[in-house]
Amino acid sequence: MLQVENISKSYLDVNALRGVSFELNKGEILGLIGPDGAGKTTLLRIIVTLLKPNSGSIFLNDSNIIQNRTLARTQMGYMPERFSLYQDLTIQENLIFFGELFGLEPEAIHNNMEKLYAFSNLKPFYNRKAGALSGGMKQKLALSCMLMHEPKVLILDEPSTGVDPVSRHEFWKLLHLLATEGTAILVSTPYLEEAQECDRVALINNGQFMALGKPDELTQQLEAELFEITSPTITSLYEEFIAADYRNNIELFGYALHYSDLEKIGLKQIQQNIKKMKSPIESIKKISPSLEDVFLHYLKGTHE
Amino acid sequence: MNKVILTIIRKEFLHISKDRQTLFIVLIWPVLMLIFFGYAITMEMRSIPTIISDQSKSYQSRELISKFSSSGFFKIKNQDISAKEVDTLFKHREAKCILIIPPDYCKKTQTTKTTIALLIDASDPTAAINIQNYVNNILAKYNREINPNLKMPLTISLRFLYNDNLKSSYFFVPGLAAVIMLLISTLLTSIAIVKEKEQGTMEQILVSPIRPIEIVLGKVVPYIIVAFTSGVIVILAAMFWFGVPMHGSFLLALAMMFLYVVTGASLGMLISSIANTQQIALLVSLIGTLLPTTLLSGFIFPISSMPLFFQYISKIIPASHFVVIIRGIMLKGVGVKELAGHIVALSAISLILLVVSIKKIKVNLE
Repeated sequence: MLQVENISKSYLDVNALRGVSFELNKGEILGLIGPDGAGKTTLLRIIVTLLKPNSGSIFLNDSNIIQNRTLARTQMGYMPERFSLYQDLTIQENLIFFGELFGLEPEAIHNNMEKLYAFSNLKPFYNRKAGALSGGMKQKLALSCMLMHEPKVLILDEPSTGVDPVSRHEFWKLLHLLATEGTAILVSTPYLEEAQECDRVALINNGQFMALGKPDELTQQLEAELFEITSPTITSLYEEFIAADYRNNIELFGYALHYSDLEKIGLKQIQQNIKKMKSPIESIKKISPSLEDVFLHYLKGTHE
Repeated sequence: MNKVILTIIRKEFLHISKDRQTLFIVLIWPVLMLIFFGYAITMEMRSIPTIISDQSKSYQSRELISKFSSSGFFKIKNQDISAKEVDTLFKHREAKCILIIPPDYCKKTQTTKTTIALLIDASDPTAAINIQNYVNNILAKYNREINPNLKMPLTISLRFLYNDNLKSSYFFVPGLAAVIMLLISTLLTSIAIVKEKEQGTMEQILVSPIRPIEIVLGKVVPYIIVAFTSGVIVILAAMFWFGVPMHGSFLLALAMMFLYVVTGASLGMLISSIANTQQIALLVSLIGTLLPTTLLSGFIFPISSMPLFFQYISKIIPASHFVVIIRGIMLKGVGVKELAGHIVALSAISLILLVVSIKKIKVNLE
């Protein structure tokens, strides 16, 4: 449905994006995961034609949207990172405004609004000012506003930022509902746990895609075995590992260390090595990698 | 006008109608300002605290004093003072002027000529000159009264035109309209645009099929209307409350006010293209409109008495042309022909600001 080909963008002398390509299919939720400054927002803004790329092309159902912005804008819905809407206007006034902005007829506005009320459960609050809504309701209203013109492709920039976990869960349920109706959704997020909600995830860092695939495929891609090491003095143990030049193998996870066996030396050898450490070791066991491990693995790759 | 622009205009009026403070500022504040300027701030002087030291204590000196007290300009206190006391009296602000009638006043008026001493506190030069003029007028009148046969070689027959009674309100009101309309159109326009940028809603409406220029127009038109309404309120209040005349064409005055408000809105757009927060927009708008409009436009201080450099600057300030135009229409009843130069200048300033601001704002949004 949406084809992004080799997009590059630089601001002055900073390369924000270096050749990003992917495809977004009908009814698919694609998660864009990466740290702040990875280039997520720039990529999304280019796709919704707010920014012009330096090179590359984007096709929406085979027509080039960099040349045909109007097409892009009528077919896509975009929710920017700060979805504040108009705080002094009511839910209904916000919805009507966005309907009119996209040139909808009054009848279509009325119909779509009723549909979205049912979808979002915002109907009882239609006369409440957007500024008086909770974070979760604001998020739903912003989503509803961008759905007024019934876009085929949704682009969401970190929609979960500043929203409580319950509302976040509800929001994802809405996105899944939209996807089953055939909407293609591209959503960026800094939260790794949200990756499990996506059909596919793209890990982005430094303006490049480092991996793209289904969440469980990505975790299986890691070739090295992973071990979890616990210790009562976890921080000092971590420092010892770093000092002993295990920088590439070790990762601190708050409660435990994750050791990836890049050199394929096996559990026995690792236990041998650890014995040299001064810090006490509680346990060491093999675990299956999470997305976070995958992500940190790729992050290390780019830093070298 | 196309439908999308109307949508934005309607939304903008929704914002305005919900914002009571702005509504108050726009509708009530101009009238309050008018009352301030009309009543409190006047250039005329009344009841000037005056001390008269009558050392002559004669019938003639009392007659002279009565001329002063009956004029209404002076609040007179009779007090014998010595030369040493003058300084302390002024410093304690017990008097703004001191008149000393010498002991031989009575004798000399009947024979030759005489002199009386007038001391004025000139720490406020404008007031001092006013006092001097009042005293001169009273003395000249009195001179003629007591010497009916005196032949003056040259006399002035004075008549004030266009403001016979030299009412301050005639002078202030057109200028006040200029300040209020410019302030409202510039300030509200710049804040309205910057607000969308600051809240992030600009990004949201930019991804609609609407063009940036349509967004800007949709946001500017409501504030042009609001500022224009404010201006009309000021002018109507001036006419019906303070009795300021409208000798010229009311329609022409309205047209000029509209042109002037468009200038202000263009300035507002220009400010919004450089400012990223509402505070900065507010600050720049206030400094950019209030200062030049009150100080350099001839609203209060005449342009012709400014240093040459500032006279040139005043030529590029929209308000200096507007003040001349609106005073001309209201007080002198002149039309397009007489005001052509200023109308062309104001239009040119407006056009340049409009073109530059639209160019700048486009770059900024894309």
